[in-house]
Amino acid sequence: MTVHTLEDERLTAKADDSTGNIIEAKGIKTYFPIRGGVFRRTIGHVKAVDNVDIFIKKGETLGIVGESGSGKTTFGRTLLRLLTPTDGQIVFNGHDITYLSKSEMRKHRRHMQMVFQDPYASLNQRMRIGELIEEPMYTHNMYKKSERKERVKYLLETVGLPMEATRKFPHEFSGGQRQRIGIARSLAINPQLVIADEPVSALDVSVQSQVLNLMSDLQEEFNLTYLFIAHDLSVVKHISDRIGVMYLGKMMELSPKKDLYVNPLHPYTKALLSSIPKPNPKAKKERIVLKGDIPNPSNPPSGCVFRTRCPEAYKRCKEVVPAFVEVERDHFVACHLYHKSEEKVK
Amino acid sequence: MSDALLEVKDLKTYFFVEDKIIKSVDGVNFTIKNGETVAIVGESGSGKSITSLSIMGLVPKPNGKIVEGSIKFSGDELVGLPEKKMNKIRGNDIAMIFQEPMTSLNPVFTIGNQITEALLHHQNLKKSEAKKRAVELLKLVGFARAEQIIHEYPHQLSGGMRQRVMIAMAMSCDPKLLIADEPTTALDVTIQAQILELMRDVKKKFNSSILLITHDLGVVAEMADRVLVMYGGQVVEETSVDEIFEKPKHPYTSGLLASIPKIEEERKRLEQIPGTVPSADNFPRGCRFAPRCSKVMPRCTDAPPDLLKVEPDHKVRCYLYELS
Ligand SMILES: Nc1ncnc2c1ncn2[C@@H]1O[C@H](COP(=O)(O)OP(=O)(O)OP(=O)(O)O)[C@@H](O)[C@H]1O
Ligand SMILES: Nc1ncnc2c1ncn2[C@@H]1O[C@H](COP(=O)(O)OP(=O)(O)O)[C@@H](O)[C@H]1O
Ligand code: SF4
Ligand code: SF4
Ligand SMILES: [Mg+2]
Ligand SMILES: [Mg+2]
Repeated sequence: MTVHTLEDERLTAKADDSTGNIIEAKGIKTYFPIRGGVFRRTIGHVKAVDNVDIFIKKGETLGIVGESGSGKTTFGRTLLRLLTPTDGQIVFNGHDITYLSKSEMRKHRRHMQMVFQDPYASLNQRMRIGELIEEPMYTHNMYKKSERKERVKYLLETVGLPMEATRKFPHEFSGGQRQRIGIARSLAINPQLVIADEPVSALDVSVQSQVLNLMSDLQEEFNLTYLFIAHDLSVVKHISDRIGVMYLGKMMELSPKKDLYVNPLHPYTKALLSSIPKPNPKAKKERIVLKGDIPNPSNPPSGCVFRTRCPEAYKRCKEVVPAFVEVERDHFVACHLYHKSEEKVK
Repeated sequence: MSDALLEVKDLKTYFFVEDKIIKSVDGVNFTIKNGETVAIVGESGSGKSITSLSIMGLVPKPNGKIVEGSIKFSGDELVGLPEKKMNKIRGNDIAMIFQEPMTSLNPVFTIGNQITEALLHHQNLKKSEAKKRAVELLKLVGFARAEQIIHEYPHQLSGGMRQRVMIAMAMSCDPKLLIADEPTTALDVTIQAQILELMRDVKKKFNSSILLITHDLGVVAEMADRVLVMYGGQVVEETSVDEIFEKPKHPYTSGLLASIPKIEEERKRLEQIPGTVPSADNFPRGCRFAPRCSKVMPRCTDAPPDLLKVEPDHKVRCYLYELS
């Protein structure tokens, strides 16, 4: 076991480099093999993430939205190197971490944490809250025992839970409280990047807003960078600086938040925006209702993967995969409608 | 009261577990008129599902029981009706669709099998007629390849398709009342949009009343004529859909409305209601919302307020509106 040293700190901090990006990912593909037949041979692949480029600036919140199965969780797990990508490159704090081994990842791992969707399943039911929050510090050899205990108290207070909580078990808490515990746990080792995978989806509205506000406060206090995954544009809108929209393993559109709402370009983004029921009975309901379901990701449509549901699809969409290009400043889109000079593949 | 299809009065449905009494539904009153869509909103545990199961005569046994109250459907009392008679009403006059369609479809039978079974059970049809009707119904809910779908099994369909099948089955007997408990909660937004559109179409075609249960105020705005807000097993506010969004009265309703992230508005911090829903076996003595209410007054913690009519078409359970 390595003890956390200043040397590590220097190493990992060195790449506070020119770009100001905490993480950069290029051409990420994460495929899962499908096995079949008598010999369990690989007979195909689920292309859970298929050629995605992204960067996250220090201190910002990047929101990722997409429907179930679009590859959001897989993408988040790949960025944290909980999964190894099939192809592509991930640079974290200036270090190429794409193929680092588990032990090589250790010193980076303490700078990145994940908060999970299901506050019920993600906490070990047999551990007390105090132990749950202390555990990551212990695993990463951080702080002395007495300091760890102090820090547990400090974290509980920060996420708004009573001190008595340390001695209780997860089942004694409500969903919102468990999510606070999950957040306290992920902050225990003082990470730089937090990937939050649908952290409020399982919560009631009134509790959702408590957790979202908490996350904003913590971001300021601890200078955190967030990748915030959601299936609902109205939730990410609130917390994000920029938003990426995924569909069937691909990034369809990526832009500063305001642009995305005021000037959505991709037909899928437009449909997603118009699908959200507005809490206003007098709002005009000009809705783009998409036909059909998300296709099976092991057998995606040729050309543009959205074409089977796209109201604007035309011949070219079936034949050519649209490139992901910057069509306005910081506004990227993968759709033929916006790439007039067809050959301009990035 | 000729146009009242369903009248629920002082309904109390409790669960008796060990030494606890869980007051899931604790004095609920409301009426649904012919052709009307009434939405019940509230957070999880507020008693929405148990209200609808009480109407259907499906309160989980043996612990659950309707301990008081009356449920009249077209003037006939449903509480205490023998199982055989209730069974006839279920599926003929009242149909229900649930949040997770997979659990309500039988995995070992084909879709066609299950729809024809339902049709044969409730209507005097020949088998061949039932099969033809099943295909018609599937077409009605948007299956272009209905002839093939009838040979498929539930697991071969997506969540949205299964929910469409459930709607087809629910409509198979032309019910007067459709109860939909969180019909789109498990679905993605683009699929939710399809299902809501379908429910509106179906309603128009069959002129049925709908009791729609949801926690999503966006869905309420889109679908409902009237709204009941439930909190802690009780209705805390009831009025028309326009009123609830324009002039909410109960502090809980206002808090809920304010805490939804709205996509048109830019706001740094969300409004939030502190605390959590009280547990149904241990409600506060006074107003059940008092521990979370920003407007709480001394009397609020003494005795519970009643649901009172404060305007011709607006009821609210809160001392702020009660002239003392
Ligand atoms: N370990 C795995 N083995 C095989 N396929 C997988 C695995 N994990 C994910 N997949 C598949 O990859 C695709 C993307 O899954 P992922 O969980 O990333 O989606 P998601 O966008 O997070 O969806 P949700 O909104 O439902 O959480 C899906 O088709 C899924 O079935
Ligand atoms: N089978 C059951 N046994 C005991 N308690 C139950 C049962 N079903 C529901 N309850 C309790 O009844 C209350 C209301 O539940 P429910 O109607 O399902 O809420 P909602 O649908 O509004 O989320 C909750 O406190 C819940 O825990
Ligand atoms: S490339 Fe074609 S199918 Fe794809 S989103 Fe654009 S118009 Fe639609
Ligand atoms: S009765 Fe009192 S505590 Fe209850 S909602 Fe009204 S003001 Fe708040
Ligand atoms: Mg996921
Ligand atoms: Mg329910």
